[in-house]
Amino acid sequence: MDKFTKITGIAAPLPLVNIDTDMIIPKQFLKTIKRTGLGVNLFDEMRYDDTGAENPDFVLNQPAWRAAEILVAGDNFGCGSSREHAPWAIKDFGIRCVIAPSFADIFFNNCFKNGILPIALPQEQVDVLMKDAEKGANARMTVDLENQVILTSDGEEIAFDVDPFRKHCLLEGLDDIGLTLEKAAAIDGFESQMEQSRPWV
Amino acid sequence: MTGKTLYDKIWDAHLVDQAQDGTCLLYIDRHLVHEVTSPQAFEGLRMTGRTVRAPDKTIAVPDHNVPTTPGREVVANMTEESRIQVEALDKNARDFGINYYPVSDVRQGIVHIVGPEQGWTLPGMTVVCGDSHTATHGAFGALAHGIGTSEVEHVLATQTLIQKKSKNMKVEITGKLAPGVTAKDITLSVIGQTGTAGGTGYVIEYCGEAIRSLSMEGRMTVCNMAIEGGARAGLIAPDQTTFDYVMGRPHAPKGAQWEAALSWWKTLYSDDDAHWDKVVTIRGEDIAPVVTWGTSPEDVLPITGTVPAAADFSGGKAEAAQRSLDYMGLTPGTPLTEIKVDAVFIGSCTNGRIEDLRAAAGVLKGRKLAPGVRGMVVPGSGLVRAQAEQEGLDQIFTDAGFEWRLAGCSMCLGMNPDQLAPGERCAATSNRNFEGRMGRGGRTHLMSPVMAAAAGVTGHLTDIREFMAETV
Ligand code: SF4
Repeated sequence: MDKFTKITGIAAPLPLVNIDTDMIIPKQFLKTIKRTGLGVNLFDEMRYDDTGAENPDFVLNQPAWRAAEILVAGDNFGCGSSREHAPWAIKDFGIRCVIAPSFADIFFNNCFKNGILPIALPQEQVDVLMKDAEKGANARMTVDLENQVILTSDGEEIAFDVDPFRKHCLLEGLDDIGLTLEKAAAIDGFESQMEQSRPWV
Repeated sequence: MTGKTLYDKIWDAHLVDQAQDGTCLLYIDRHLVHEVTSPQAFEGLRMTGRTVRAPDKTIAVPDHNVPTTPGREVVANMTEESRIQVEALDKNARDFGINYYPVSDVRQGIVHIVGPEQGWTLPGMTVVCGDSHTATHGAFGALAHGIGTSEVEHVLATQTLIQKKSKNMKVEITGKLAPGVTAKDITLSVIGQTGTAGGTGYVIEYCGEAIRSLSMEGRMTVCNMAIEGGARAGLIAPDQTTFDYVMGRPHAPKGAQWEAALSWWKTLYSDDDAHWDKVVTIRGEDIAPVVTWGTSPEDVLPITGTVPAAADFSGGKAEAAQRSLDYMGLTPGTPLTEIKVDAVFIGSCTNGRIEDLRAAAGVLKGRKLAPGVRGMVVPGSGLVRAQAEQEGLDQIFTDAGFEWRLAGCSMCLGMNPDQLAPGERCAATSNRNFEGRMGRGGRTHLMSPVMAAAAGVTGHLTDIREFMAETV
C-alpha cells in the first residue's frame, strides 16, 4: 500500500450530504476486473451528462480543482453498499484524503485498506476547510498525518484524531497483507513444522 | 480440563500467531479460486510486486460465469462479460503458476464439486474460497468458509487469513430418515427451525445417526447450506465413509503418507466433554420432504403444508413474509402441492453431483416433463457429466424433455444467459431463493432432486412419497 505521511495540495469542495457509493462509482462500472482505471468514472453521474460530455459546473471539471488531492464533503460520506470500488475510484482519480463531518462505517474502513486517509471533524471545522477549498488552485491545504494536523492556505491549524494503529499502517504503507508479511518468519516456521506433522498437505 | 470440539482441534492445528486482542493468523491449506471474485486480488499482487506464496495449494477453476452450452471452449462464443473474466483467470493461473482446470478440461466444474472430486479437500484442512458456499467442504471435517476479494489477495500473498474464533454449535439429527427424505430436506429443515441468523457467530458441527448414515455427497449437501443458516462454516467429523471417499483421488495422499494422514484424521472428532455454546436436536423421523415457499431459505415447510399468511408471523418477519408472498405470487391457504411450476433446475454445488442426478433420473425414467414445463440439468463437473452419460442418465433426462448442459453454476446465480424469465416459477435443487437470484423476477422453490424431478412430471409441487406410491 502507498504510504501516507503529509500531502500539500488542492482541496475540492463538495458540500453535499449523504454522498453514497452509487454516486461515487455507479454500479455499471463494477463489471471490471481491475481496481485501477475507475478514476475517470468517479462521481460519474454528476461529472458527465447523458452524452458523456463533462458537466462544466461540477467541481472536478473546473480548471481550479481538476488536480485535487483532497476532498472536503458533507455529512455521512460513503454510505450505501460495501463495494471496495468506491475507494478504488477515489484513489485512482488522485484523491488521498477525504474530510467530512462523518463517514459510513464500511467506506471508512475500506479507505484505510487502500491508502486513503478519511478525517472526521466537527461541522464548524469542516465549514472552515470548505471555505478554504473554495478558493481554488492557489490555495493549497496541507494534511500532516504524523502531527495529526491540517493547515489551511492561511496557515490556520486544525487538529484531528486518528486511530493509532491505523495511523501507523498509513505512515508505514502497511496494508493487512503488509502487516501479515511482517510475521513471515512465523509463517515459515509453521510451514516447516507442518512438513513434519502433516506432510501430505 | 474440558475437551475440544472438532472445530477447536482444526483451529489449534492451524494457528500461526495470536495477537493480544484475540485476532489470530490462521494457516490456509487449500485456496480455491474462481473467475468472479479473484481478478482484483491478482491485480493487487501485480501492483505490489507480490507473488502467490503457495501456488501448489491454490486451485483455480472458472464456474460462476461460464456458459453451459456447447462450443464454449471458443471464448468468442461467450458474452463479453464472461469472456473478460474467464480470460483473466486463464492468464492469472498461467502467470502465477497455480493449479488450473480451464473450461476445456473435463475436470472443470463448480469449484466446490471439483475440490472434493480431485482430492484437494481432505479432513482436518482449512479451505477458503471467494464464495460463501465454501462451507460444502466441511463435509470432510475440514474448516471451510467463504472470504471477500481483499482476503483472497491476503491468502494468495501470505497463505494465511486474519480471523477471530467463532463459537461452537452442535446440530444433532437423531435416528433414521423416512423414505423419500434426503440430505437436502435435513439441511432445509434445520434452517427452517433455526432461521437464517440462527447460526450467526457459530461454526456448526452436524452429528447424530442420520448424518452418519449419509453418503459423502449427502453430507456435502448438508454442509453446503450451513451458510444459509448464518453459520461461518459447517462441519461433519470424518469417519470410514469419508476415508473411503477420499482414498485414491488424484490429490489424496498415498502410501506411507496415507497411513500417517489417516491416523491423524481418526483423532478428528469432538470430545465427549467438549463445551457447546448452542445445541439443536432434531429427530430424523420428524423430517418430511420440504420445499421453500418464500424468498428466504428459512421459509421452509413440509410439502403437505399450505402457503402461510403474513399474519402467521410476528415482528419484522410479517412484513418480509408479505413481500415474499407478493414476489412469489402466492395466495395464503393454498396447498403447496397446488403450486404450478414452469421450470425445473437440477444442478448447483448443493445438488449437482452424481448421486443427485441418479436420484432425479430414477424419478424421471420412462416419464416426461408436464406440457409447458422446461427442464435443465447442469452437472456439477465435467466428470459428473461423463459418469452420468456412461450410466445412460443423460438419455433419461433428454427423453423426459430436459436440456442436458455442460458443467457450471448456471441458473443457480443467473450471471450468464441461463436465467428464469420474469414471473417464471422454478423447482430448483440449488440453495438460494432470493428475489432475482435466478433471473430478474424469477420465482424459486428450493427442494431435493427427487422432489424437483417429480414437480417437473406433474407440473406442480409434489409430495415424492405419494408420487412414488401412486406410480410404482
Ligand atoms: S452453484 Fe450456485 S451456490 Fe454454488 S458456487 Fe455456484 S453460484 Fe454459488
